[in-house]
Amino acid sequence: MGLFFFMDVSGQLARDFLWPECMGLKSRGEKSLITMNENAPSGSANRGQRTAAQVGAPQGLGSHSPKQGEIMTGAQAVIASLEAEGVDYVFGYPGGQALKIYDALYDSKQITHILARHEQGAVHEADGYARATGRPGVVIVTSGPGATNTVTGIATAYMDSVPLIVVTGQVPRAVIGTDSFQESDIVGITMPVVKHSYLLQSVDELTTVFREAFHIATTGRPGPVLIDIPSDLASEKLVFDYPDEVSLPSYKPTYKGNMKQIRQAVARIEEAHQPVLYVGGGIIISDATDELTALAELMEIPVVTTLMGKGAFPASHPLNLGPVGMHGSKYANLAMTESDLIIACGARFSDRVTGKLSQFAPHADVIHIDIDPAEIGKIREAQIPIVGDLKGVLAGIVSALVKRNSQPNDAPWIERVNVWRKRYPFYHSDIKEKPDEIVPELVLETLSDKLDPQKSIVVTEVGQHQMWATQFIERERPRSFLSSGGLGTMGFGFPAAIGAAIGRPDCTVVCIAGDGSFQMNTQEMATAAINGVPVKVLIMDNRCLDMVHQWQKLFYKGRYSETLLDPIPDFVKLTAAYDWEGERIENPADLDAALDRMLNSDVPYLLDVAISRDQNVYPMVAPGSGLNEVMGAIDVAVGAVRTDMPDSFAASPAPSPCAQIDAQFGGRWESDPFDTGARIGQRNADGSLVTDEEGVLKKQAHRSKQTAQPDSESKEGGRS
Amino acid sequence: MRHILSVLVDNKPGVLSRVTGLISRRGFNIESLSVGPTEDVTLSHLTAVVNADDVAYEQITKQLHKLISVYKITDLTDVDAIERELVLYKVNAVPERRNEIIEIANIFRAKIVDVGRTSLTIEATGDESKLKGLEDLFRAYGIKEIVRTGKIALSRNSKD
Repeated sequence: MGLFFFMDVSGQLARDFLWPECMGLKSRGEKSLITMNENAPSGSANRGQRTAAQVGAPQGLGSHSPKQGEIMTGAQAVIASLEAEGVDYVFGYPGGQALKIYDALYDSKQITHILARHEQGAVHEADGYARATGRPGVVIVTSGPGATNTVTGIATAYMDSVPLIVVTGQVPRAVIGTDSFQESDIVGITMPVVKHSYLLQSVDELTTVFREAFHIATTGRPGPVLIDIPSDLASEKLVFDYPDEVSLPSYKPTYKGNMKQIRQAVARIEEAHQPVLYVGGGIIISDATDELTALAELMEIPVVTTLMGKGAFPASHPLNLGPVGMHGSKYANLAMTESDLIIACGARFSDRVTGKLSQFAPHADVIHIDIDPAEIGKIREAQIPIVGDLKGVLAGIVSALVKRNSQPNDAPWIERVNVWRKRYPFYHSDIKEKPDEIVPELVLETLSDKLDPQKSIVVTEVGQHQMWATQFIERERPRSFLSSGGLGTMGFGFPAAIGAAIGRPDCTVVCIAGDGSFQMNTQEMATAAINGVPVKVLIMDNRCLDMVHQWQKLFYKGRYSETLLDPIPDFVKLTAAYDWEGERIENPADLDAALDRMLNSDVPYLLDVAISRDQNVYPMVAPGSGLNEVMGAIDVAVGAVRTDMPDSFAASPAPSPCAQIDAQFGGRWESDPFDTGARIGQRNADGSLVTDEEGVLKKQAHRSKQTAQPDSESKEGGRS
Repeated sequence: MRHILSVLVDNKPGVLSRVTGLISRRGFNIESLSVGPTEDVTLSHLTAVVNADDVAYEQITKQLHKLISVYKITDLTDVDAIERELVLYKVNAVPERRNEIIEIANIFRAKIVDVGRTSLTIEATGDESKLKGLEDLFRAYGIKEIVRTGKIALSRNSKD
């Protein structure tokens, strides 16, 4: 029963998802909606099962485009192709070799062009649009510098598997290779960072190339596709004939998971006593949140998320352990380390997640589900590899588990995890902070509380603020948290927020930025102002390149080489220059009202929040350390202080008799660190349950209360 | 371990650079490479020899498979395959020693393709051990130049 219910919901959601609430956009014709529904899988039996042809089908009218059969120029065909694909927004910047395409664009009633102020901004905007809507982002730029300026944006999208179509103008075919004015070999330059690229050779292949490009960009593991168009082709005539299908015998992404592997996975999940679902961006791309939730709930499996996976599983769900890895919670990292089964769903065991590989989850078997076979076994050996679309594979696993009437058998595990969760929170009100300084953790916690999780999108730049946002901004639905995960591109967040706001005008879009990152693409303030995009920028302003600064503090003896930023610019004055609204706050008391003013503004708004340079992002797993070697996690058992602080940085917690407790040993005293026997709540080899006979946990709780009390009193006096 | 990769790719400009770029990007050196069109003019056959351990080799092939231009990859390392390479040797040959060299070439079924006043150019095809043997013998006379095509390979037990 439960299963049927969930499947119906997922089918419904899949359609809603492809056609989000923002139906008011001008290309959303009734006709195209009908075409789409015809393509949707029918019959409840294969609801979760999709094919590449369905996923990659044109989202517009395709061959039914009214321009089908017209004689037109190559440039007009470029625009007509984009229209046939249902493109509503294009981001770009014109130039000599793109002139003809821009001339053709002038006549388009379907496509709105957003003029960026730098080509990099245009690509990030298209990227943000794609991440927020799930539809490919489209960029048009000119040759030479226009094209080379897109490289960082393309690489960012490639690392995070974002579907982009980048159309670049190129010098005429006759002069390619002669170092002519504004010539660059952009196909060659971008080769390592695109999923595929085309240098158009003749107008005969133009429509096929566009159809293939959209198909390749959106299917399998999505990615950017570049189309380089020599400008002489833009003026050649052709008969517009747009295909609906593609013929790519060498490109057949595997959507359907192997049944034998799925059966193996089901059997292994049934056996697991300490399983963890390790969730990455693949769940969001595959729109498999419902299937994931069904699996987690059915077998009571805790879920940890990567940076890209944030939002794939609701933050409010009791099984969500949140971010894992270098700045993940100690409880999520402990859960990974202690697990006996990792079910990796669309995640790639990035070094920012695993820490030192030899110490990563030493007892765990791995079920690795990914549509990209190259990710499986790349970093961590997978005992059960499954290549396929997560939506279908997870639905298959869930229905098999339901059929076999499998029951979760990890209650003690869940209990242990929950003890860790209570014991090592991300933040605690008892932490000593300077009363006159704004605490970054609290800024983001407050912001998170003020945002409607269904109607908001948070975009981040890269740095400390990005990690705080990951820790404190609670997300309930996919595509509501956008961040540059793989490439870590400073300057990505702000333009991406503009793109997201354009793609989802029904959502409040907040960009959380650092003062360094924001200055990398400040010029896009003009794009937001001129297009009336009410994006909000919250700058966590510490006048330094905070993440590098933190590493210099912790690992380079405080030698702050080139990470201190001068107290310019005055961001508030900058808002005036670009016709934005904005203010700066320095006093903790002003925070609440300032956030309200920002969120209630209906114009682009910048809130500059002064925070201290001395703030560090904790917990932290130092580079090269194991995931279990967490520095600076708060331990409420010893009085809500940060524990295991690095030696070079002594923010010394009050010494406590309980400080020796080793969190990994289920709350026992660290009398014998080599004791690897069963722990409290676990079963011995003979099947007997280990109970807390000596009342260790109780004693410990009592003691921590005693030590906590004087601490919290002194702090309360100090806090505003 | 040495692997012989046989890759079927689109016969289009830029494909070679996609394939070789990917292999070098993942940190491997291509020891030998040969490319040419197949019986189907839209396809090219690319044979590459790379040195990689098994895990790394698996990663290379998976990454290569992701290229849209790549149709099929066969590992000819462990299968019974015919390997051939063509080599041209320019060997020092004063007139009085020419006959010795010609004799050696004949034993290896190599061909004399050019005779100079003080040198002979010999064309030889074969597998690695044969060509290595020939090279060792020619070294005694002094080799002026060697050019080789790179290895090509075909599996022996093909199904048809």
